[in-house]
Amino acid sequence: MLNFTIRRLFLSIPTLLFISLVIFMLLQLAPGDPMAQVPLTVPPEVKQKMREALGLGAPVHVQYIKWLYQFFVLEPMVFIDYLTAKSFLFGWLPDTHLSMTVDAITGELEQKQRVISWQTRSPVMDIVIQRMPQTLWVVGLSYVVGILIAIPIGIYSAYRHYSLFDQAGTFVTMVGFSIPPFFTGPLLIVVFSVTLGWLPSIYDTTHVVTDWESFKIQFLQMIMPVMVLALQTTAQISRYMRSAMLDNLNQDYVRTARAKGLSESVVVMVHVLRNSMIPVVTIIALGMPAIFGGAIITENVFKVNGIGQLLLTALFANDLPMVMTLTFIFAILIVLFNLIADILYGVLDPRIRYD
Amino acid sequence: MTDQASEVEVFGALKDKEPSKPPRNQWRDVWDQFRKHKGAVWGGGFLLFITLGVLLGPYLWQLEPTKLDIRNKNWRPIYTLLWESGAKAGWAHPFGTDQLGRDILAQMIYGGRVSMAVGWSAMILSLVIGTAVGVAAGYFKRADFILMRLTDLFLSLPILPLVLLAVTLFRQPLTQAFGSPEAGMFVLIVSVIALTSWMQTARIVRGDILALKEREFILAARSIGSTPRHIIFRHLLPNVISPIMVSATLGLATAIITESALSFLGVGFPSDFPTWGKLLADAVQRMREYPERVILPGILISITVLSVNYLGDGLRDALDPRIRGR
Repeated sequence: MLNFTIRRLFLSIPTLLFISLVIFMLLQLAPGDPMAQVPLTVPPEVKQKMREALGLGAPVHVQYIKWLYQFFVLEPMVFIDYLTAKSFLFGWLPDTHLSMTVDAITGELEQKQRVISWQTRSPVMDIVIQRMPQTLWVVGLSYVVGILIAIPIGIYSAYRHYSLFDQAGTFVTMVGFSIPPFFTGPLLIVVFSVTLGWLPSIYDTTHVVTDWESFKIQFLQMIMPVMVLALQTTAQISRYMRSAMLDNLNQDYVRTARAKGLSESVVVMVHVLRNSMIPVVTIIALGMPAIFGGAIITENVFKVNGIGQLLLTALFANDLPMVMTLTFIFAILIVLFNLIADILYGVLDPRIRYD
Repeated sequence: MTDQASEVEVFGALKDKEPSKPPRNQWRDVWDQFRKHKGAVWGGGFLLFITLGVLLGPYLWQLEPTKLDIRNKNWRPIYTLLWESGAKAGWAHPFGTDQLGRDILAQMIYGGRVSMAVGWSAMILSLVIGTAVGVAAGYFKRADFILMRLTDLFLSLPILPLVLLAVTLFRQPLTQAFGSPEAGMFVLIVSVIALTSWMQTARIVRGDILALKEREFILAARSIGSTPRHIIFRHLLPNVISPIMVSATLGLATAIITESALSFLGVGFPSDFPTWGKLLADAVQRMREYPERVILPGILISITVLSVNYLGDGLRDALDPRIRGR
């Protein structure tokens, strides 16, 4: 298993390189000039200089390798520097200056060139780190809620196959599967914010939870975005859960377990459930990146300023380094969770041998 | 000879019985099984209804979707008259008009044309790519490794961000290349959706081809000197038609949703060109006063996708010989 994990980790490096190359070439082919917003009174020579300062004058392969270096070497170094200098966990270690160079003239420490956003002229990763918690809260919570709803539904509708509950559950999951989040979002806003006035329609990310009252506000504003995303998760996972349970309920070992007098709850909740969870757990791992993708739309509907919204605004503002980095982060998530799913499958199911 | 015949008569079980019923066409069995799945029949019926509706609708409802009629703006749908007799509504515009006085029913019909056209063409294109890759990988051993690695790579691309990226960045050059913004956008959206959704089909088709290739009838075909081209088109493709049809329905559903999502995020078709997603997105700003403008296109998208999904479910059951006949 360890062997397999290491091999897969090495295999994922060329995959990621290829994906980064695809994204980079897409952006290279694209028209659009970061100097388009600069006033016309600025002479062309100066504009050319500004372009070169942004690193646009260099040949394509130099730009690409520079980006790779900045993303894979420099940004982790900055992160290590941050850890040893300021963080609570490793702050006691001596400060490192991996990402710094000594300036030739003044002799002082200077930050090396990081990936800079064209919009805000600040490092891209800093902005990403700022936006990350909002997305993680909404996406993570919705995933947990979705799974918690989906698994009991799946178990019960498989156990009472063709019952009314099963029929209704199958219909509801099919509907949840089919309604896109850009419709459920506005629909919920119309019902719960406009007509009933119970929930706020905009997610306020500046809100800080200090006491019970502010926690209640936070809870109320999280309900709708979380439920919209959770509906998609629930629909998908409960279908898988149901079919996995149905597959296992007809197996011989279930009859054996019943024959030796185990109670029905032990048979279903221990024997069958544990075996049915194997494919479901991998589906859960594989679905994580897709949820991040779906969050782009949900964040747009509820005005959550998370990563998806950042990607959209960067796209419209032609902020190529930001777009490149964000898309690549999504790609890393997909590759990572695919790997996790494969490993989990091997760990959980002893019949699977990868060698 | 005679004692052999009598011996057969002794063992009655060995006698060939007459077939109890006439042999049936395979597609007839499929249709019978399909009819048992109520959701699938409803789904197929509704899909047919919507397709015919958007095709023939403009002949029945002859209002221009882009015609401005500012005096008659902001009409409510006809059913508001049920509880509010003074509302601005009437049979002239059964679904009401928008803030510029454009008729919403006409917009929905034209929007449906675009959404369905994008859905069908993206689905067909992605099926063609997926089947071609799957067949090539399954049949030709040398191509298998490269093509499957390529499929894996495409599967790990972040689809929605990349689609957003491609559509935003290539909007202008394609618009110039095709002369009109609608045509350029149509080609762009269809090809982007198809290029990012063929992988599942390719995987399924490859798996089936790999299994079929080892069967005797392929060996027989090869032994009489059939060319690979003949084997693929006459013997292999007809046998993988059922998984292809099932993934076609899934592809249609995803294509419709992706197109609407793009329009919703504001990177789809130009602003005066109605599609279902665009109508929904434009109405979101005014959903406080006119919630029906969000709900009507939203319901249409959802029901269309729902019926396509049910159709796929029914097709999967009907085309699976293990389930058929139960």
